[in-house]
Amino acid sequence: MFLLFFVLAQGVIDDVDVVNSTDLIEKSEAVHTIVQAPPTQIYTRDRANDAGGGIVVFWKKSEDDGAGRESVIEYHIYRGTEADGDFELVGTAKAGDTSYTDITTRDGTPYYYQVKAFDGEQHSSAAVSEAAYSSAQWFHTGRISMLIATILISTFVVWFINKAKRGHELYIRPIAGLEAVDDAVGRATEMGKPIMYVPGILDMDNIQTIASMIILGRVARKAAEYETAILVPCTRSIVMSAAQEMVKEAYLEAGRPDAYDADKIQYLTDDQFGYAAGVDGMLLREKPGAIFYLGGFYAESLILAETGHSTGAIQIAGTAQPSQLPFFVTACDYTLIGEEMFAASAYLSKEPLLLGGLKGQDWGKAIIIFLILVGVLLVTLGFTDVIGWLSTGQ
Amino acid sequence: MKVLERLEKIDRRYVFILILLAVVIPLLFPINFKIEVSEPVAMLYRTVEELSPGSCVLFSFDYGPSTMPEVYPMNLALVRHCFSKDIKVIGIALWPEGVQFGNEAFRVAADEYGKEYGIDYINLGYKAGGVVVVSAAAEDIATTFPQDYTGRSIEEFPIMTEVKNFDNIDLIVSFSAGDPGTREYIRIAQGRYGKKVGTGVTAVSAPAFYPYLNAGQLQGLLGGMKGAAEYETLIQQSGLGTSGMDAQSIAHGLIIFFIVLANVFYIAGRRKK
Amino acid sequence: MKKEVPLIITFVAGMIMIVQYFVPHWPFSNLQQMFNNWFLIITVFALILGILNLLKNHIEKVSRRRKGWLYSIVLMTGFMIMGVAGFVWGPAEGRPFDWIYWHAHVPMSSTMFALLAFFVASASYRAFRARTAEATLLLVSAILVMMSRVPLGSYMWSQLPLIGDWIMSYPNMAGQRAIMIGIALGVVSTSLRIILGIERTYLSGK
Repeated sequence: MFLLFFVLAQGVIDDVDVVNSTDLIEKSEAVHTIVQAPPTQIYTRDRANDAGGGIVVFWKKSEDDGAGRESVIEYHIYRGTEADGDFELVGTAKAGDTSYTDITTRDGTPYYYQVKAFDGEQHSSAAVSEAAYSSAQWFHTGRISMLIATILISTFVVWFINKAKRGHELYIRPIAGLEAVDDAVGRATEMGKPIMYVPGILDMDNIQTIASMIILGRVARKAAEYETAILVPCTRSIVMSAAQEMVKEAYLEAGRPDAYDADKIQYLTDDQFGYAAGVDGMLLREKPGAIFYLGGFYAESLILAETGHSTGAIQIAGTAQPSQLPFFVTACDYTLIGEEMFAASAYLSKEPLLLGGLKGQDWGKAIIIFLILVGVLLVTLGFTDVIGWLSTGQ
Repeated sequence: MKVLERLEKIDRRYVFILILLAVVIPLLFPINFKIEVSEPVAMLYRTVEELSPGSCVLFSFDYGPSTMPEVYPMNLALVRHCFSKDIKVIGIALWPEGVQFGNEAFRVAADEYGKEYGIDYINLGYKAGGVVVVSAAAEDIATTFPQDYTGRSIEEFPIMTEVKNFDNIDLIVSFSAGDPGTREYIRIAQGRYGKKVGTGVTAVSAPAFYPYLNAGQLQGLLGGMKGAAEYETLIQQSGLGTSGMDAQSIAHGLIIFFIVLANVFYIAGRRKK
Repeated sequence: MKKEVPLIITFVAGMIMIVQYFVPHWPFSNLQQMFNNWFLIITVFALILGILNLLKNHIEKVSRRRKGWLYSIVLMTGFMIMGVAGFVWGPAEGRPFDWIYWHAHVPMSSTMFALLAFFVASASYRAFRARTAEATLLLVSAILVMMSRVPLGSYMWSQLPLIGDWIMSYPNMAGQRAIMIGIALGVVSTSLRIILGIERTYLSGK
């Protein structure tokens, strides 16, 4: 998600002064005669950007909190529905804190708050706040920068798709890994060996798995045309169902529905290393001529790719897990790096609509590069406020 | 040259045997290399040191049996550090298998420091949903985890009376071997709620977290067994991480030797051509 | 119809998820959680499909005495034992399921993970060659980082950990960030194509 970039840009550090609250057990035997000063200027605010049910209570610290007699250890927050009615304790805040969020309110009901300083034995006096109401918001104001970015990038993508629709030629650079897909299938056919397609260990809700299914469709069609068997071991049952659909459809389109064998697309286990062991076993028994590792991978990546390498198969890998890329690069013949995998369907089909999407994505990247340069320049010159503008909002 | 050629195409099983020896021998006969502490590890240590007694930290056990040898030693070292400073620890798990390892770390450290379940620490168990769990717990822990891992209502436990949501948590540490894990805490707990987040991850995934560390989104980073060994050095209590360091040192040295050797063959072969 | 219905569902669900990010108000506030719950429920039902597929495959393999059929028996026996242990005694601590988990599953998983050490050694022996200037650079930095990560490195040269940290914190981080941003944009663009129905290969191959 491109939120990542904005998340990267911010470095919010919540620096709450933590004051020990358990040491208060050491109570003094002496009778208290002087009560600590109460917190002042109590006011409330509806909690911003929420679905309702939250009121934030603010106060100014007691004069004996961190100063004066330094006797305050906690603040106790009381709530009532009438200014002169009963108040009940709803929460506590540490000494040094100046706000408390009450998340148990009912929207539309008036609430009155009291905040009392507590020294372990007795409470200070307290004033009553004005009536406060909680409500839900229709727009999250902290996410304006995200909204602008979403609209901008989406506009680019849609605009270039439309441009492509009108018949504009769009250039796409050669991607070696994708060029090699057909060759790999061809080579397996020549050797009379099956193809193995490993769709990663993530579920269907992950975009890498979806991208992998898209490429599987293409590989399966080639395999069907060449009458080469395709094996798809899956670690998630939904992925297995999706893969069966993809391969079946590919065989239908290639005009060989009779050659489709659902049993070749099988579920192994949800367990990560159980799956790795299972696929390794299949690699050694079936000795495929071409192996594809496309999808989300973790530590099993090298275990699979090295075993695959030992069988002498041609290997094509692709993932958006940066930490696994080095392993695939080392052990496979071709590796699709992150976005190249997402570009695969456009690249392989050369469909103008899909190519338009890629072009829009490139413009999104250009904007981000521009923003990084401007941001670095501004922060270097001392304008640190820009970090806040790019925040994703709480 | 024939020897060189043969060595270049050496059966990889010979490499495997040497690696096995490089790991097993130092485990049986420890060398006790001195462990230098790196800055990302020291950062997390300092963050915990700065917490006052009675503070509350949230540990998330997001790993499983396969990565246990790497991640569990960090988990144990952090629990020990917190208990030694009388910091309260709430454990949750985004991976179902993580619960057991969290329990084990609690059990070992609680025995050493005389800590009591429900008062000084608690394990709220596993909840499916990854990022959804983190954002829900950030708002209200009791709704997300109404019971602890044994199924007892969390209202029974004194430790939970003061802790309602992330507002009451001073530090979050995710022991993570993949997704869901550290990224979810960075995105939600740090990104949305501005909480301090630290992490212990497998060595292989550690490089991917440096950007977050540098951007101030992580308060510290422990990578693999080395990270655990460094943390154990800081808290002056050696454990599984430290004892694995000798083996890892020798294995790294051996792999580098292989790489250099392979390059010697390669260059020699190229000259010949 | 077979294609239109899934496309409409995808469009509606995708748009709702985007809108709920910007609108905290009810009914959008609970939608993400609701969709996640639906996904979990569907997954559980799909798991039954997966298990049936697994058993069908292996029963067939045994009955036809295909190559390696003995392993299929091992698999099904393991499956039955875990199933019975879980259903009869439950997964609580000290029960058979828990015992098998700790004494069979944990060590076997750790073993698979430990294989990495061997594979890393053989892969680096084979692949780390100083073929070009870039490859040499990669080779040298890999060696520096590897040695800086273990105590042996600082024995050899006290400055090594600093160099390792520098490589990780600057060149590595810059590269990671670039890849992350590229991937993030790829995700955005792919998601958008899927939500808008431009990318429909995942539905049927065309």
